[in-house]
Amino acid sequence: MQRDEVLEGLADVAVELLGVEREAVTPEARFEEDLGVDSLGLVEIVMAVEDRFDLTIGEDRLEGVTTVGQAADVVLDVAGAAEDAPAEAGA
Amino acid sequence: MGGPRRRPDHERVAVTGLGVKCPAGCDPDALWATLASGRSCAGPIERFDASVLPARYRFACEVHDFDPLDYFEFKEARRLDRVTQLGVAAAADALASAGAVDADPARCGVVAGTGVGGLMTLEEQHGVLVERGSDRVSPMLVPMMMTNATAAVVGMRLGWTGPNLCVATACAAGTHSVGEGARLIRDGVADVVLAGGTETCITPLAMSAFGRMGALSSRAEEPELASRPYDAERDGFVMGEGAGFLVLERWDRAVAREARIWGEVLGYARNSDAHHITAPVPGGAGAAACMQAALADAGLEPTDVGHVNGHGTSTPLNDAAEAEAVVKVFGERGVPLTSNKGAIGHLVGGAGAVEAVASLLALDRAQIPPTANHTHPDPALAVDVVAGAPRPAPPGPVVSNSFGFGGHNASIVLALAEAEPRA
Repeated sequence: MQRDEVLEGLADVAVELLGVEREAVTPEARFEEDLGVDSLGLVEIVMAVEDRFDLTIGEDRLEGVTTVGQAADVVLDVAGAAEDAPAEAGA
Repeated sequence: MGGPRRRPDHERVAVTGLGVKCPAGCDPDALWATLASGRSCAGPIERFDASVLPARYRFACEVHDFDPLDYFEFKEARRLDRVTQLGVAAAADALASAGAVDADPARCGVVAGTGVGGLMTLEEQHGVLVERGSDRVSPMLVPMMMTNATAAVVGMRLGWTGPNLCVATACAAGTHSVGEGARLIRDGVADVVLAGGTETCITPLAMSAFGRMGALSSRAEEPELASRPYDAERDGFVMGEGAGFLVLERWDRAVAREARIWGEVLGYARNSDAHHITAPVPGGAGAAACMQAALADAGLEPTDVGHVNGHGTSTPLNDAAEAEAVVKVFGERGVPLTSNKGAIGHLVGGAGAVEAVASLLALDRAQIPPTANHTHPDPALAVDVVAGAPRPAPPGPVVSNSFGFGGHNASIVLALAEAEPRA
């Protein structure tokens, strides 16, 4: 998975859930200050990202994540870990 | 005819703003036009795929011309259940119509009633739980479904830090909210109160449940004839949805700022049947006592009253008990009685608030709107039901009733504004 692809996905989610302009969802954009996301909103965004990329992101992974770019890195990290892990039976 | 005997230690309560989002339309003029026409708003359910329901229950009175984006940013609308969207919008309209209220936010309050709150969100998220599991349930479920969400959001949007309450007394919540709001002003606790009610029970689960109770009309082949309060052929209520809100204001403030005063909340009472979880006490003793207490609170005699805006749900039991109660208080055919539910259905926790708005419009226009579909008077009910066309209203206040499952009764007395208080 490429970082651009993840950023694109995050932008889709933000546009859908927040009604913000796509251009506002830059890697530097801060969820709280720039996109108006509160703690409940962040949970919603994470759920939508999990659905989109078929991942499970542990709550502990979100500590210290304040920007879209940081969130993309977490997604890449989790996705990479999933790819590295031995395939489960039938997966 | 005596005037109201006012208590000198009570602040008078003016109504200075009205707002509705209801099946008859999204402003008071639209509500009045529908009520005066005697037409019913009932039709096939469009909100969801009603094929999940038995065919006989696939109709309701829906609000069709409401766009939440007229009132909310996209992101905010997403996070509010429809019940709160309708309630907040009605409250916003009411406040806008009141002009420059300009009061200390700490002296401004909200009382918002609902029967069940954000039921649509609850049902939707329960589906998510069943289909996709616990960790897919929305973190917004609790704030969207909780019964007090409307009261909270109305207050937050305005920055009003005074009393903020939710009343959840089923079908009586709207009238209780207006009454409790009036009490806040009368008791000197608040200067301005947005008081009202809201409900959206047109959902698969709620329609199924009310149907299973036998509370709903099953006249699906003629939905527009289904809600027929006090009529001999009534067979249940028609589910409605929507909200009504009133701006209640301390009388002297309203007069000083030359506000348009629609009327005055003269009296209010609430009591309990203490009888059965859904059925009214036979003979309407609780409802009669409630109306009498509201009249006593207003300092009025039954003969002072111009008309009664009844609860009139179109269920066999409610209408019979209420009619008996009206006879107990006012005598046989002793007062004109109307029910708005023939036209707009039963808005559950929103009903009493919309009907309070309708009562004030009736006073303003000096006309009593007809009870839609009341074409076959029930010979067992010795009441004078206004039907067919609007009837010129005799002078005098309106008594507006709501009775809820659980035996909760509420009656308010609304009167035209008088320039000077009578001694």
